[in-house]
Amino acid sequence: MGSWLDETLTWGNALLFFLWGVILLAIVLGFVTYAIFFERKVIGWMQFRIGPNRVGPWGLLQSVADIAKLLMKEDTIPRKADRALFILAPALAYVPAFAVLAVIPYTQKLYFADINVGLLYYVALSGISTIAIVLGGWSSNNKYALLGGMRSAAQMISYEVPLVISVVGVIMMSGSLNLRTIADQQGDWFWQWNFLPQIIGFVVFVIAAVSELNRTPFDLPEAESELVAGYHVEYSGFRFAFFMLTEYVYVYAIAALTTVLFLGGWHAPFPFLDWVPGIIWFLLKFSFIVFFLFWIRATLPRIRIDQLMGLGWKVLLPVAILNVFLTAVYLELFVK
Amino acid sequence: MIRTEELLLNVGPQHPSTHGVFRIIVKLDGEVITEATPVMGYLHRGTEKLAEDLNYTQIIPYTDRMDYVSAMTTNYVLCHGVEKMMGLEVPERAEFMRLIVMELQRIASHLVWWGTYLLDIGAMSPFLFAFRDREIIINLFNELCGARLTYNYMRVGGVKWDAPVGWIDKVREFIPYMESKLDEYHRLVSGNEIFLARIRGVGAYDAQTAIDYGLSGANLRSTGVDWDLRKAKPYSIYNRFEFDVPLGKNGDCYDRYLIRLEEIRQSLRILKQAVEQFPSSGDVMGKVPRVIRPPAGELYVGIESPRGEIGVHIVSKGKAEPYRLKFRRPSFVNLQILPKLLVGETMTNLITILGGIDIVVGEVDC
Repeated sequence: MGSWLDETLTWGNALLFFLWGVILLAIVLGFVTYAIFFERKVIGWMQFRIGPNRVGPWGLLQSVADIAKLLMKEDTIPRKADRALFILAPALAYVPAFAVLAVIPYTQKLYFADINVGLLYYVALSGISTIAIVLGGWSSNNKYALLGGMRSAAQMISYEVPLVISVVGVIMMSGSLNLRTIADQQGDWFWQWNFLPQIIGFVVFVIAAVSELNRTPFDLPEAESELVAGYHVEYSGFRFAFFMLTEYVYVYAIAALTTVLFLGGWHAPFPFLDWVPGIIWFLLKFSFIVFFLFWIRATLPRIRIDQLMGLGWKVLLPVAILNVFLTAVYLELFVK
Repeated sequence: MIRTEELLLNVGPQHPSTHGVFRIIVKLDGEVITEATPVMGYLHRGTEKLAEDLNYTQIIPYTDRMDYVSAMTTNYVLCHGVEKMMGLEVPERAEFMRLIVMELQRIASHLVWWGTYLLDIGAMSPFLFAFRDREIIINLFNELCGARLTYNYMRVGGVKWDAPVGWIDKVREFIPYMESKLDEYHRLVSGNEIFLARIRGVGAYDAQTAIDYGLSGANLRSTGVDWDLRKAKPYSIYNRFEFDVPLGKNGDCYDRYLIRLEEIRQSLRILKQAVEQFPSSGDVMGKVPRVIRPPAGELYVGIESPRGEIGVHIVSKGKAEPYRLKFRRPSFVNLQILPKLLVGETMTNLITILGGIDIVVGEVDC
């Protein structure tokens, strides 16, 4: 698939690219619809509830109905809001969330773009969504939204840094920023995958990733018990749906990225299980990460903003840097 | 030209964490509060004034609606005051029924507090666990008097309904269940690092401050002051039972949290003894004159509600209606310390501290 990118651009090629984009979008929308359903079911079961079970068989159409409702809602824009920015913000949040998916390799052969700096591309683009959140909070002309947006900016700065540094260890071990190469180089046995040799980096990465996603226990920008709904308090209808969509697409992206970077991508945990197609393994690992994110949402309380900053700068960042150092020492002594 | 200014933020009356229609106007410097002004009265119904035109039995449903999370204790304080004024004897079985429902109510009330407090802090599941267990108590009350929230159960001189067949056994079964669930709650929440970081040392004050502000209940006991009206000025038949009054040391939200959970355990202890000693027969309504006319005079009685000292001051001129009725509502009095506690705290701690005080807005506004 990736080889098409090297060919000259013709009308036929452009149509193909467009088609693949639409297919990916359909997959992502399907994922988001059922991730929301799955989240509600999982959390429901953890809380001794049943969860949605009315719309369609086993409630499978609940999310579809919810989305349809959001799309048909009246589009309200506060009179004193900054109209242009208010309209721009949800779209601006969504575009990078979708764009980062281009570099995720699903199997050896199934991927969309094979970029040499894939990881850097991911990190650089995902930062843009935060600007959209600040923008949404600011343009709403609502004090709660403003506080939520500001929190989001502070949170992003504190967590983007440890997130990037925590993967430096992985980059050093594989010697590449290309996500396909990183996934490919992890060994055949599951203890050779990056999450064990890079256990410190892995833990820092997971914590920072949850924070990047603005999910519990780091859901400060939208902390509903303090800031009502945070940055999207004034949004309704499909604009609100776009913010929610962004959040779940990032769940998809982070789960896929964790799988590729630390959990061996499409590799089977044991070499004798190689006959199972790689995509199955990828999906299993991916689903586990998604489940993990929902699981902690049902379990943990929310952290406070100053504690969040302290954790980011005083704990995660030094630990991530230590991990880089340890990896360098290991590579120097044993590998070279 | 860059300038900074304080942000005037209106928290409430419609805000998910003010537990009803309560409002605080805060001035924020960044996220730090420089000034906080509570505004109350959105739920004011003039209970005390209305009571002047009603006879005593008619006032009881109004007390249900004051502290609607703990209606049984509010019921009791009025009946107890009138009984004391008239020198009425309450039958043994009625006293036991009252005590059992009041202690069950204390557990239910603390469960509501526990669940909503953790919801304030951002943990979602404990809320549902708490309400699942509270449901059992609510069903017991429903079986007893047909209501789930506003019971209108007590009367001057006794209680309205006797326990149905098998009801006491259900209470007996509930005790070990709740004990095991309480341990589960401690395992789930009390040791959680994030939770501890959020509430330890937050909203702390010392014993003298607490007394100066007239605090009562867990808010007072968290500073180490041993003051529980069930022990200090025993009413009903509390002096027959063994139980401890849990005390705190630091006066912070964490101590208040532990005290409330420990009070559930102590209530279960009282219940265990009460169902054992429960008289097998007897009346639940004493000999009460057809029209209740307390002799002319004044009287104040206070009892220990889940939120603190709830009291009633009755001024009677010898008529069927009170001349003046005044309730001392613990939520209202405890709230006084809020503006003092909030200065210098962050927006997040506002919710933690307000939740820690445990107010019921129906009682604040009365």
